[in-house]
Amino acid sequence: MSAPIDELARHASEWLRGEGPLHDIVISTRIRLARNIAGFHFLSQADDEMRREIAETIEAAADKAALLRGFVHINVDEVGELERNLLVERQLISRQHAEGVGVRKVLFAPSEASSLMINEEDHLRIQVMRSGLQLEEAWEQIDAIDDAIEEHLDYAFHPRFGYLTACPTNVGTGIRVSVMLHLPALRLTNELERVGQAARDMKLAVRGLFGEGTEALGDFFQISNQITLGRDERDIIDDFHHLVIPQIVEYEQAARQALLEKRLHALDDKLFRAMGTLQSARLMSSNEAMQNLSHVRLGLHVGRLKNIDLHTINELFLQTQPAHLQCLQGQRLNGEQRSLARAAMIRARLSHN
Amino acid sequence: MGLCERCKKVQATFHLTNITREGEKTERHLCERCAVEEGLIQIQKPNFSAEFIENFIATAKAASPADTDLVCEDCGISYVEFRNQGLLGCPKDYDVFAEALRPLIERAHDGATRHIGKTPRSLGIKRTTEQEIWRLKRQLRDAVAGEDYERAAELRDRIREMDES
Repeated sequence: MSAPIDELARHASEWLRGEGPLHDIVISTRIRLARNIAGFHFLSQADDEMRREIAETIEAAADKAALLRGFVHINVDEVGELERNLLVERQLISRQHAEGVGVRKVLFAPSEASSLMINEEDHLRIQVMRSGLQLEEAWEQIDAIDDAIEEHLDYAFHPRFGYLTACPTNVGTGIRVSVMLHLPALRLTNELERVGQAARDMKLAVRGLFGEGTEALGDFFQISNQITLGRDERDIIDDFHHLVIPQIVEYEQAARQALLEKRLHALDDKLFRAMGTLQSARLMSSNEAMQNLSHVRLGLHVGRLKNIDLHTINELFLQTQPAHLQCLQGQRLNGEQRSLARAAMIRARLSHN
Repeated sequence: MGLCERCKKVQATFHLTNITREGEKTERHLCERCAVEEGLIQIQKPNFSAEFIENFIATAKAASPADTDLVCEDCGISYVEFRNQGLLGCPKDYDVFAEALRPLIERAHDGATRHIGKTPRSLGIKRTTEQEIWRLKRQLRDAVAGEDYERAAELRDRIREMDES
């Protein structure tokens, strides 16, 4: 196992720190920019030689940019499956990047707040993450990184279509803004449809966070823009900042309040059972861990559970994921071994003192 | 708009541009009926739901037979290959397949066909002026929302000035 990746598993990522504005509901803010380098084919038509040249061009530009000094460079095609999955769980790379083919890399800041995926679907995908709702800060950072790279290479840019991307659905600004929300009360009150409605009204997509597809493990949801053409970056960001996120946050707050006022015993039962399960279970799947951790996180934020370190809970969301668990154990484990190790780790971290 | 080149009676509504591998360009202008008779398009009896018809039109628009012959000489990808894999082969494809891509891009981006937003620094001054205008427009919107009409009027005048310069 390579040392720099292995080390990552020991602490929570920047985006799971549980800080920043509205952090009890907004887990993190992420902005991604899709860019391609002028003079090269897109990756579907690029042979190995060209992929290598693209990666070298971007790495050379990154090396010259003062803003990217100290970034960790990893050849994604040369590390093992476990390490790749760890990078996916930490959201430093996408699932697609982990499972792709040919020369591909990731460069990321030691804080993990910024990363560059090289040769994913586009030549370059820049990503910035912040904990809580920090859209402006994330935009300023990614805008600066984008400028710093562009000083040393030419992007494929079209006067009419803007930044050109391999898939026309990303063309224009190439921006994807994603806000991750923790909405356990809306799930408990069966009101998640309100989130879908609010998002659809603004032509935004809602996805589950950890699970694949639409299933939302641990009540985490990701809201992101679909439209990248015809609206400038700040307009897209403003929609999140002023319209969509405040509305969803209000729904979740109202649902939490309603549970406290009208269904306190049922709520307490859920929260304390979750805590009890985490402290006692001998085998635990990652889905079950996510769901129970979600309820404990809710319990801490509404003040019904006490004397538990919130930071530990936030870390466990990540560290109970399969690749993290195996990295922390220092060995590959099958499904049942993982359930056993996961339950033991959670008990140790949340033991009665 | 001219008449159909085949029957010379009805207005031509199908305009097909073929580019051969040798780079030769041929154009056809046909009415719907002649296009069907030449086997260039297929019309099914529209006795289905409105949704079906809409889908059919969208599909016909996005992949009319003329497009299927288009090949980008730079990266070698054909329009059909693009449709199958969903990914373009190189930046030039946006121009080579421009006509065929337009309805697709419009659908994906809520009708938008033109980039508004950041432009690379290397393109020079244009960016700063444009960005300043966006910034002012945003402030104008906020001012109107906040019912600060004095400020709104001031911003409106500045935007006008910049638009004209």
